[in-house]
Amino acid sequence: MLKIRNLHANVGGAEILRGIDLDVNPGEVHAIMGPNGSGKSTLAQVLAGRDSYEVTQGQVEFQGRDLLAMEPEERAREGVFLAFQYPVEIPGVSNVYFLKAALNAVRKHRGLPELDAVDFMALAREKMRLVEMEEGLLTRPVNEGFSGGEKKRNEIFQMAILDPRLAILDETDSGLDIDALRIVAQGVNTLRSAERAIVLVTHYQRLLDHIVPDRVHVLVDGRIVRSGDSTLALALEEKGYGWLEEQVAGRGPAGPRP
Amino acid sequence: MRNAAVSNPAFADELRRLEPEIGQVGPLWLRRLQGAAFERFMTLGLPTPQDEQWRQTSISPIAATAYRRTADRVDMDRRDLDRIPLADLGCPRLVFVDGRFAAHLSRLDGLSAGIRVGSLRDALAERPQDVQPHLGAHANWQDRSFAALNTALFEDGALVIVPRGADLERPLHILHVGSSAGVPRVSSPRCLVLVGEQARISIAETFAAPDGAAYFTNAVTEIVVGAGSEVAHWRVQCDAEQAHHVGALDVHQARDSRFRSLNASLGAALTRNDISVVLDGEGAECTLDGLYVARNRQHVDNHTTIDHARPHAVSHERYKGILAGSARAVFHGRIIVRKGSQQTDAKQSNRNLLLSGDAVVHTRPQLEIYADDVRCTHGATIGHLDEDSLFYLRSRGIGLAEARGVLIHAFAAGALGGLSLRSLREGVETEAAARVDVGASPGEAP
Repeated sequence: MLKIRNLHANVGGAEILRGIDLDVNPGEVHAIMGPNGSGKSTLAQVLAGRDSYEVTQGQVEFQGRDLLAMEPEERAREGVFLAFQYPVEIPGVSNVYFLKAALNAVRKHRGLPELDAVDFMALAREKMRLVEMEEGLLTRPVNEGFSGGEKKRNEIFQMAILDPRLAILDETDSGLDIDALRIVAQGVNTLRSAERAIVLVTHYQRLLDHIVPDRVHVLVDGRIVRSGDSTLALALEEKGYGWLEEQVAGRGPAGPRP
Repeated sequence: MRNAAVSNPAFADELRRLEPEIGQVGPLWLRRLQGAAFERFMTLGLPTPQDEQWRQTSISPIAATAYRRTADRVDMDRRDLDRIPLADLGCPRLVFVDGRFAAHLSRLDGLSAGIRVGSLRDALAERPQDVQPHLGAHANWQDRSFAALNTALFEDGALVIVPRGADLERPLHILHVGSSAGVPRVSSPRCLVLVGEQARISIAETFAAPDGAAYFTNAVTEIVVGAGSEVAHWRVQCDAEQAHHVGALDVHQARDSRFRSLNASLGAALTRNDISVVLDGEGAECTLDGLYVARNRQHVDNHTTIDHARPHAVSHERYKGILAGSARAVFHGRIIVRKGSQQTDAKQSNRNLLLSGDAVVHTRPQLEIYADDVRCTHGATIGHLDEDSLFYLRSRGIGLAEARGVLIHAFAAGALGGLSLRSLREGVETEAAARVDVGASPGEAP
């Protein structure tokens, strides 16, 4: 579903991604872990089409198509979803208007009829239950005045509505208390399916206690330095990132490949 | 001509031609008023860029056009009127074509008993004593040349008298139409709204014309708000693209009264508004909302003055502008807190959204505070569409053009919060969207 080959990306002239290779298949859950500044969030943003990052080398194929050639909205309509680390507040635009416009843009692209207000509200109510979101948040401006937990739940709620093929969750666990983390994780687990791939970008192991990944990759200094199954995350929890960073430094620029 | 500033041949010729007609009809006091105003205009002349209040706005396009006040009436039927933006708001309406009352287009059924609504000219003929104490008493024509010119030249306008205790649920619509026939015309509509104590009324005053019309509107509206009364005034200028518009709104508020203004400028090549409110009683409160949308080479200038003449009064002012192309906007917000006006609470903000690198905004607050126990805040911003917000919307599948539209609309909607007349609100949103090429309505439920 997602094939990343030798991906390099710059921001403001500094190279952040320095040759990423990654394959994600339908039904799989991958975790991308790494220390602060390793390029995890950059990778997520590049995949979603943020234009402040410049891709200098490499290819990304999504369902057989060149992802990097698509505008952000096209990627979304094709089935890519990014849950933002910092969801954006948009005063004056109601959550419900925003989501209905987004869903209908996606449905139109997929050749499905647009939903009217009644059908949309029925769908929204059903999906809100998934993340135990209060219905009052629907009519409020997008993310405005939402608590940290409400914002993250709103991201997963949007994911549930838009029904993407590939969901990238960027630090969805950050800033959540234990209860909120459990609710968000349950929501994500419900959305696991054989057709959908999920990429979890996270700094900590704790999200992976709730959402058990098929594969874990460790990103250090813009490269994936180690890949493994879910036990790799446990090793990281125990030893920290230090030992991998030392290994990378010791082995020189070639580094291990996943 | 007696003043160099009115020496422009086209304008000067017309004034010379009109001079013998000014101050020739009506009761003696009116003839004196119009004569004095004309004298005053000739002394003041047209404003120049040396004039402190006109630094950023040149009126030379007005002076250079051979505008005429013609005696002949333009025939306009209902069908012509229906093609004009915001013509039918579903409320009782008074229609003025080129500043003259058009009874056949007006519709005054459904007004509550007790309220007097009609032509100012008729009232001056029939019951001038109702008008005399107020006409020209609130709009400062001694210092403002366009107000002096309007006072000298006006032929008609709306007169609205709301008696004490009257509560009007249905808004009243005053529609000023510019005609497109023949020579470029100047019209000087003059409106007077007198609201007694403990009364309530909402008035929509709109300005529009058929496409392609070339005209100059120099409008003055005076509103007197009695003690404990509540008045809303929604002024929407949607003039034709080539038109020139100078407008004044002068409001006098008594104690415990509330006045809510929306001043929306969407059309005309050149717009200048002077909005002035005197809070002349304790506990008075005013809210001035403004929205200006300009593109191409449009120029829009809003000068506002809020005079806290008494203690314990509150003012909120929020002006918002959206500028595309090489449009220019001026905002000048003056707040005066008189000596002894303690416990004044005044808030002012001016926010601007620039959609192009060629658009320019001049924004200036001017606070004159002569009391010590007051709270006055002001702020101005000039920005572009937020990139993070745009990306967020697009990352959910919303196309770039629609995403821009959604954000622009959301920005503008904040200025329309006090506009409770749905037909007008939707009309303003549609007209504003058409001017920046967007069509979404994100504030609504799905």
